[in-house]
Amino acid sequence: MKNIRNKACAAALVLTSAFAGTGLTQQSGSDSIERELDTYRSMMKSDPWSNPAMLDVDRGEALWKTPAGPNNVSLEQCDLGLGPGKVDGAFAMLPRYFTDADRVMDVEARLLWCMENLQGFDRVKLLTRPHPSAGMPVKDLGAIATYLAYRSNGRSFSATFSHPKEKAALALGETLFFHRTGPMDFACSTCHGESGKRIRLQSLPFLSKPQEARKILGEWPAYRVSTAHVMTMQHRIYDCFWQMRLPEVELGSDVSIALISYLVKQADGGEIKIPGMKR
Amino acid sequence: MSERSRVFVLLAYIAFAGASYAQQMEVADEARIDAVMHAAFPKANSEWLARLKGDQTILACSKSRDAPPAEVARTIAAREGATIQYPADGKLIGDWEKGESLAQSGYGLRFTDYPPTRENGGNCYACHQLTNEEVSYGTVGPSLLEYGKIRKFSEAEAKAAYDKIYNSHATFPCSLMPRFGTNAVLTVEQIKDLVALLMSPESPVNRP
Repeated sequence: MKNIRNKACAAALVLTSAFAGTGLTQQSGSDSIERELDTYRSMMKSDPWSNPAMLDVDRGEALWKTPAGPNNVSLEQCDLGLGPGKVDGAFAMLPRYFTDADRVMDVEARLLWCMENLQGFDRVKLLTRPHPSAGMPVKDLGAIATYLAYRSNGRSFSATFSHPKEKAALALGETLFFHRTGPMDFACSTCHGESGKRIRLQSLPFLSKPQEARKILGEWPAYRVSTAHVMTMQHRIYDCFWQMRLPEVELGSDVSIALISYLVKQADGGEIKIPGMKR
Repeated sequence: MSERSRVFVLLAYIAFAGASYAQQMEVADEARIDAVMHAAFPKANSEWLARLKGDQTILACSKSRDAPPAEVARTIAAREGATIQYPADGKLIGDWEKGESLAQSGYGLRFTDYPPTRENGGNCYACHQLTNEEVSYGTVGPSLLEYGKIRKFSEAEAKAAYDKIYNSHATFPCSLMPRFGTNAVLTVEQIKDLVALLMSPESPVNRP
């Protein structure tokens, strides 16, 4: 494990120096940054442990297995849909309906529920600042979510959306994807409704197109170079909403779960290959 | 359980599930969206929540996925056109240099922009090409390179540009562009500066 940590740390250092100030130099050097990233991505293929996010996969595994919280229990009794403690392939089947919570949940909402109901953590505290600031590591919940997603690597997105509440979440997600709101009248589809578009120099995936959705969804959670941390899908949506001039969306809200349901459905059959690497 | 009662139970289940699904589908409507949106933003104050409430135009655009039927499009153009306010002195062209910095700035209205430390930007480059100097431009909107030159710097085109920035739906119903004037993202003075960026012969937009 120590060797793995050293490798990932070294990779993180290389990245930090190569892309320091990405945001500032974006205007002049984004093409070359994108090329550097491609080089880095191909390096990662030869050594998957070179993605700094692997540190958080590792950390997430330890957090999953270590007793914690007021109840001093581990999360190994957390049921991700395949039965308590069944981790392999569970992420690939999410979001899904959970009888105990009477809700459709994605991996992060489910973890939140388990940390609250099994370990006894205070939900309000978990939701106070659930996402990391730039330069800070992903929070515990996000690290565990990254570990859980990692344990579905090589599988395909295969959430069934067969329960009436799963169908309802999917229908809501589709409506919300095209729902324009806020002072700018933006919807998800404003930026993600056509192939080959970009904001400034950032390419935008057309997320209603299965081919593009599969590639993108399979990369999250991802390591984000410009902010130097792992970003989860709930965090990704939170950040989109910030850009859309919407208020702070709560982790695990019905809105974010519905949108994730819609995205996962578009990505159905796509291979899970996390952690991805983003600008 | 007999075969017949099994079939009955199965049919009843299908009927129930079907009805339940139909009901869920139906409720993904305005009221349901308002309710889930409000619940999703527990930190939002009343000012923020008010911004989430869609008006007739934007609801019609969402519903038609920005492809409104002709009749609806005409209604939208008329309704949104009526919201456009013009400067008292009738002068629509401001300062293109200010316009250029507004076009670069994406500041404003994000939850990290409070309390505001400067004026809102127009963030035009996020979606449009405007000048050859700025290579970091988006492609969600059309290129505006040589906008004024192509239009022969005419007064009518300056008004058309003002209208499009103030409320793009008056010209293009269900345009993806924000209604900068109507939604009070930009002031009349700022919109004049952006018109100048597009329509001044000296502007870098028209000197490629």
